Amino acid sequence: MSKYLVLIYQDEAVARQAEGESISSAYQEFMDRRGPSLLSGAALQPSSTATSIRRDGAGGFRVTDGPFAESKETLGGYYLIEAVDLDEALEIGKEVPAGVGVEVWPVRVVS
Amino acid sequence: MPQAASSEVAAAVADAHRREWAFVLAATVRVAGDIDTAEEAVQDAYASALSTWGARGIPRSPGAWLTATARRRALDIHRRAATARRALPKLLEPEAYIPDEPGWEAEEIPDDRLRLIFTCCHPALSPDARVALTLRLLCGLSTADVARAFLLPEATIAARVTRAKKKIAAAHIPYRVPAASELRERLDGVLSVVYLVYTTGHTAPSGENLMRRDLAERGLELARMLRVLLPDDGDVAGLLALVLLTDARSGARLDEHRELVLMQNQDRSKWDRSAITEGVALLRDALQRRPPGRFALMAAIAAVHDESNSWSETDWQEILGLYDLLQERWPSPVVKLNRAIALGFAVGYAEGLAELDALGAEPQLARYPYLAAARADFLTRLGRFDDARVAFQEALILTENDAERHYLQTRLSGLSS
Repeated sequence: MSKYLVLIYQDEAVARQAEGESISSAYQEFMDRRGPSLLSGAALQPSSTATSIRRDGAGGFRVTDGPFAESKETLGGYYLIEAVDLDEALEIGKEVPAGVGVEVWPVRVVS
Repeated sequence: MPQAASSEVAAAVADAHRREWAFVLAATVRVAGDIDTAEEAVQDAYASALSTWGARGIPRSPGAWLTATARRRALDIHRRAATARRALPKLLEPEAYIPDEPGWEAEEIPDDRLRLIFTCCHPALSPDARVALTLRLLCGLSTADVARAFLLPEATIAARVTRAKKKIAAAHIPYRVPAASELRERLDGVLSVVYLVYTTGHTAPSGENLMRRDLAERGLELARMLRVLLPDDGDVAGLLALVLLTDARSGARLDEHRELVLMQNQDRSKWDRSAITEGVALLRDALQRRPPGRFALMAAIAAVHDESNSWSETDWQEILGLYDLLQERWPSPVVKLNRAIALGFAVGYAEGLAELDALGAEPQLARYPYLAAARADFLTRLGRFDDARVAFQEALILTENDAERHYLQTRLSGLSS
């Protein structure tokens, strides 16, 4: 089995509207169905509440408001999943009721 | 075993490289557990074939001998690596395998070539990488050969292949034939890669030669391989039919001065009749399935041309109808362009030209030399020579293939005189 991080992207405008709402039934259904494959996960606050900390290369940090990359699609949440291979991980990824879509990243195995 | 002459051995090894590479590599991946180790082992096996076959004679089944040797070699590499263990994740758990002496008789080896091609053409890999990997792993082309075929620096192809292999290993892209539920979609991806290999060879997008025969032949071989592995699949039959029916005309596309000859002026006695016969039989097979697939429809269009005695006797109504079907289910700017040309010959040049003019707004066709060339041709036929001249000049600016450029230049000077 391999671990994958599923990053959930949604429209920034939609994300702001959904703020404070309880979890949607679509996500509840997804989690009921795929429970055994989901190791962890969370929904995020809108990107306007995020803060970036970038190393300035001189031992210090530069702290800025917002995510590294501003875009119409914003990170809305994530799941850490376990799957036999990329095909299964993509299958699970397709079932996430994400507004825009998801990215599926293999998690590095450190031996 | 009798000794074999070195020229005979070299020929046998070269032949086995061409015929058996994919089979040997695919069977070795199972034992090696990852593509890199398998490739290294297979390369070693081919190298040792040169010396061993010279001393002991050429085995009756070169593929079986090479597979057994490559599998043993893969195990050696693993033993060595066990001491200096690399942390790369495995494509699959290596199968427990007890090697025999490399077999001189054919043994039962599973044919894993389908797994290999589905892995190489996985949708999680970039389209460029799928093509490069397929040529490298299924056809056994060196990185330098792939680079030459696409007129790209070798370093670009090497980086592309390395990156793709890393992703296969790190993301656990599986080494298997997809389940029935996703087979259609995934197979379409494989067929597209094979067709792209063929068309890149058939009309080189740039450079001094119109065709790169070696690449076109690899495309044909891949299509044949898929037909052997999936004999009951209509889309596979359609692709092989399309490649054969297109390739049948390749011998007539250049004249004795190596200048481009358009289909309308080709010497049809130079067309390869046996390829046409084979292609048409495959097409019948493909068209039995309803609805017909994309490649079968394109093959049907090629067949109308191939079976026509002359350009003037071509059944343009039939071709137009086939393009209508194609456009309905697989619309694309290039299909629209070809449909407009068919319309010009089926109905009238003015009608065809009107369609072509409308396509000028398609962003994907804005820099496509064949649109300007088709407009120039219809304008000439309509006697609008000044407009035709401008269109030929536009096509000349856009084309990057020397043979095509020379053809356009000739047409343009013909207008001026």
